[in-house]
Amino acid sequence: MGKDLITLEHISKSYDGQLILDDLNLSIYENSFVTLLGPSGCGKTTTLRIIGGFETPDKGRVIFDGKDITNLSPNKRQLNTVFQKYALFTHMTVAENIAFGLKIKNKSDSYIKDKIKYALKLVNLEGYENRSPESLSGGQQQRIAIARAIVNEPKVLLLDEPLGALDLKMRQDMQYELKRLKEELGITFIYVTHDQEEALTMSDHIVVMNQGYIQQEGSPEKIYNEPENAFVADFIGDSNIIRSTMIRDELVEILGAKFACVDKGFGENKPVDVVIRPEDIELVSPENGTLKGVVTDLTFKGVHYEMDVEVGGRELLVHSTKLSPVGTHVGINVDPYNIQIMNVPESEDEEAISETI
Amino acid sequence: MKLFKNKNTAPLLSSPYMAWALIFILVPLGMVIYYGFTTEDGFFTFENIATIAKPGYMKALIRSIRLALISTLVCLLLAYPLGMILSSMKLTRNTYIVTLFILPMWMNFLLRTLTWMTLLEGKGVINTVLESLHLPTINIINTPAAIVLGMVYNFLPFMILPIYNSLSKIDENVINAARDLGADSLQTFLKITFPLSLPGVLSGITMVFIPALTTFAISSMLGGSKILLIGNIIEQEFTQLYDWHLGSGLSIVLMIFIFINMIIEALSGNQGGK
Repeated sequence: MGKDLITLEHISKSYDGQLILDDLNLSIYENSFVTLLGPSGCGKTTTLRIIGGFETPDKGRVIFDGKDITNLSPNKRQLNTVFQKYALFTHMTVAENIAFGLKIKNKSDSYIKDKIKYALKLVNLEGYENRSPESLSGGQQQRIAIARAIVNEPKVLLLDEPLGALDLKMRQDMQYELKRLKEELGITFIYVTHDQEEALTMSDHIVVMNQGYIQQEGSPEKIYNEPENAFVADFIGDSNIIRSTMIRDELVEILGAKFACVDKGFGENKPVDVVIRPEDIELVSPENGTLKGVVTDLTFKGVHYEMDVEVGGRELLVHSTKLSPVGTHVGINVDPYNIQIMNVPESEDEEAISETI
Repeated sequence: MKLFKNKNTAPLLSSPYMAWALIFILVPLGMVIYYGFTTEDGFFTFENIATIAKPGYMKALIRSIRLALISTLVCLLLAYPLGMILSSMKLTRNTYIVTLFILPMWMNFLLRTLTWMTLLEGKGVINTVLESLHLPTINIINTPAAIVLGMVYNFLPFMILPIYNSLSKIDENVINAARDLGADSLQTFLKITFPLSLPGVLSGITMVFIPALTTFAISSMLGGSKILLIGNIIEQEFTQLYDWHLGSGLSIVLMIFIFINMIIEALSGNQGGK
């Protein structure tokens, strides 16, 4: 992808005796859109704040462009942040907000004027120079916050759940907007969110975090299709996680029936966790299915129907565009490529740490 | 809750306060204005108000304004750093400290001022201690310095609370954003923190300046009878000379100053953000 721009080495951080990050290692490539994804309290925001300089790690180093910046104050770092609740300066106009960083750097008036115009155009808010931030909608305020950050030409833009306070439609629009901005500016975005859909839509690279550990990192497709553990599978989209037995390479026994799969190297007759996405379960007539079940619940979701199918005492979540009413006996098939096999964690601890394979 | 929102019951529920305000605020105010603009025979006159221009009265007014300004400034210089420390502290701990600062307010204001009198007296507590330590004694009772001390002591909480309030309302990320955009600590304070706390500063100034300007209790207890403030003169007109017309006239002059202060606060409050 390119060269490393930011490297976090053995970062640990705790608050009031509670460990937030434990020996975190992460490399961020130049010109990539990296998303730190995880539930609240997983350490993603702390990681971002350490990169931004608002927190100092207890242990470890932050390397930026080859230089150690661990103890550098935020105003001396070549990166800018877009904060969760916009954090605009309410006593200034939109133009003054955008000019703030440039005035601190003693840029000339004409330079600042051009930059404000350029930045407002970039975020589609031309002509808003003299408005007060408080007179703008949430989405507009967020755009101003982005404009205020990018006029400083940072090498990296840090975004801390910037869309969290917006409504669904606005959030989706802004996702595409951010993607476009990233392309136009050609800089690195580090984005923090708990919203897996947001992460999948925008990122080049997703880092899934939980309890201060990186669970898995990779492209959105890899994270979605090949989750490495139950946490990732469960967190990224809906999934069925079923304790099963790996009979031998490319054959797994799920809920008592044998399924062909594509995974190898898990040993013979070993317990494994199987992940099957709800949309990958194919409902057929009972005589044609590898497994047999009964539909117990049905919900219309717009694009598809969501169904619960009971198979041998266990409920499976199924998404299908075809309707099978409650009580229908169905057969279940799954394509070998859609069966994802994961090692069973021996303890909870291992589940948290098993990040790099 | 519906009862309180109902259009018909609202006037009924507010009537006790309306009656209170009418009897104890509006009527007395009307009387002050009536007395202030009339002579003893009931004729309209500006003379009561114009009396302020006479040397003795003018001197007292200027002295009052000067001491009130000094007290307000001292309060501001003490309260602002404290407000900053308090607002940066964790919630559980700062409630204790805020309580500590408003605790004196639970005691009667006259009692507290009397205490200062006994502390500062020529042979008072402070000088007795200083003497026993063979240190030079201080002699500030019955001086303007003692009055300023009394004002600062009594009115400081009114400066601390609004400043603390406005500082603690500033989103931590707004400060972080300024740092993030390249501002150092001083630039962040001057361009962000201070302007955003301005509404609190202004209401603190008003809440200290107005009582300091109009006080007569502090000045008569700590200033002896030598240092007269405009408040003392007005008090004397009412209680000793029984000249309600002149007393009311001078009160109106004082009210004008209070109005000016409030207008300034309202105007700058509109500009300074929330």
